[in-house]
Amino acid sequence: MKFVSPTEFAKDKLWSVQEYSLLCGRSIASLFSRPVYFSDIFTQMDSIGIGSLPIVILSGFFTGCVLALQSVSSLKEFGAVSMTGTLVSLSMVKELGPVLTGLMVSGRNASGMASELGSMKVTEQLDAMRALGVDPIRKLVAPRVSATVFMLFWLTVISDAVGMLGGGLVGVFMLGLNAHSYWRTSYRALNYGDVVQGMTKPVFFGFIIATVGCYFGVSTKGGTQGVGKATTQAVVVSSVMIIVMDFLISRLTIGIFGR
Amino acid sequence: MPEEKAKEPVLEVQNVSIAFDNNRVLDDVSFTLYNGETCVLLGPAGGGKSVLLKIINGLIPPDSGSIRVFGQEITTMTQQELFTMRRRVGMVFQESALFDSMNVEDNVAYRLNEEGVDPAEAHKRVEESLEFVELSQAINKFPSELSGGMRRRVSIARALITKPDLILYDSPTGGLDPITSTTIVELILKQRDESHTASLMITHRLQDAFFLATHHWDSATKSVQPIPDGGVDKNTKFLVLNEGRVVFDGSTLELTHSEDPWLQNFLS
Repeated sequence: MKFVSPTEFAKDKLWSVQEYSLLCGRSIASLFSRPVYFSDIFTQMDSIGIGSLPIVILSGFFTGCVLALQSVSSLKEFGAVSMTGTLVSLSMVKELGPVLTGLMVSGRNASGMASELGSMKVTEQLDAMRALGVDPIRKLVAPRVSATVFMLFWLTVISDAVGMLGGGLVGVFMLGLNAHSYWRTSYRALNYGDVVQGMTKPVFFGFIIATVGCYFGVSTKGGTQGVGKATTQAVVVSSVMIIVMDFLISRLTIGIFGR
Repeated sequence: MPEEKAKEPVLEVQNVSIAFDNNRVLDDVSFTLYNGETCVLLGPAGGGKSVLLKIINGLIPPDSGSIRVFGQEITTMTQQELFTMRRRVGMVFQESALFDSMNVEDNVAYRLNEEGVDPAEAHKRVEESLEFVELSQAINKFPSELSGGMRRRVSIARALITKPDLILYDSPTGGLDPITSTTIVELILKQRDESHTASLMITHRLQDAFFLATHHWDSATKSVQPIPDGGVDKNTKFLVLNEGRVVFDGSTLELTHSEDPWLQNFLS
């Protein structure tokens, strides 16, 4: 392993932060000036949103199932089995729905973006695009960012819904809960602040997934080995950033809404 | 071509330097390319030739120096101004750099499609451009279905479709067999003699460089012929880079008669 001086290390990291910030800024700015590549946005929505639907539904459904299953034994001790719906819905909408969907989509799409753009970088296709008078940030990055932000929001809504459904099915058919009671407590447990918290997170998570995936893609160096490294880094960094951002948004919304 | 237009510099590179990770890749490089001229850029591998081409097209900013393309300083241009400038420049990349998710037609028409040219008009121009590189039959193929030489020809067609005022060829014959290389050089030669566009061509193959200097496109027979009486093309000049420095800038005859020991060794 090659050791670098602390100064070089710090400079390198600061440079990366600067480049990442510039990419974020330019991708947002390019959505507000012409040309905007709407057809590319819809293509990415299909690829990111519809393509991720099966894994989001499966992970959301079984998370709801296991949440109900695990919580019942603890709730039983306090004679509060009827609160299962409350626990599942609050957990899914505020935390598990956004975070698990974010992590699933990150694993599937941040890696895809990094490898696709990375391959284009090492084969000079990004340079060719610039040489042909087209800005790769506008053409490739901005559509991915807008499509991921938009689709992750709806994927999270779906994940929340199927998670609550999964919890309900386990509660009713395996734990003998009353279906009407489960849905009533689930629905009543959620207030405005909870929904805002749960719906704000995917917007930030989507932005992180797309910008980190694209950043590592367009910064790829060193041929096919570099593409592999960029792909791994994109998934690791976006996943960690999602968890950190989750904490920050949770703290902020708890501060605002008091729960 | 009018004499005064021929004397206009298309490209002026002055004291350009660039370093990567403290390694100086280009060191005080200066040269000028005039309208109608073809400059062959020679030099050992790793000498900074491809970097120089990318700097000229504004793809990499230099550390210092001045680059004027069509009379405009590009080192101070914004990204948007660079995109506008590049519309007048055609570039052929070392490994062709075709968009592998698009077929040949979409690759060649890329710039036209971005400019909003009518699809029928774009298709017609793609056919003309592919006919020029003798690859009309490959219009619906994808890059993965093409050989290295065919890809290079598609790349040339893509660079030429908008009739640019400056063409940059980055090792167009690199990695190709001698027969295919000759086909590519003949296309470059045909482009040079038919349109008289200023061009800068990197090559590692000396035989390609001298073929370009000693042959011309005969429009009567529609074939490449040697220039009579052992003559050389007066609009073809040479620039030799070694370790990031210009070691020669002059005509074919000046190069072959140079007494510089390094040059003599390089040419032998």
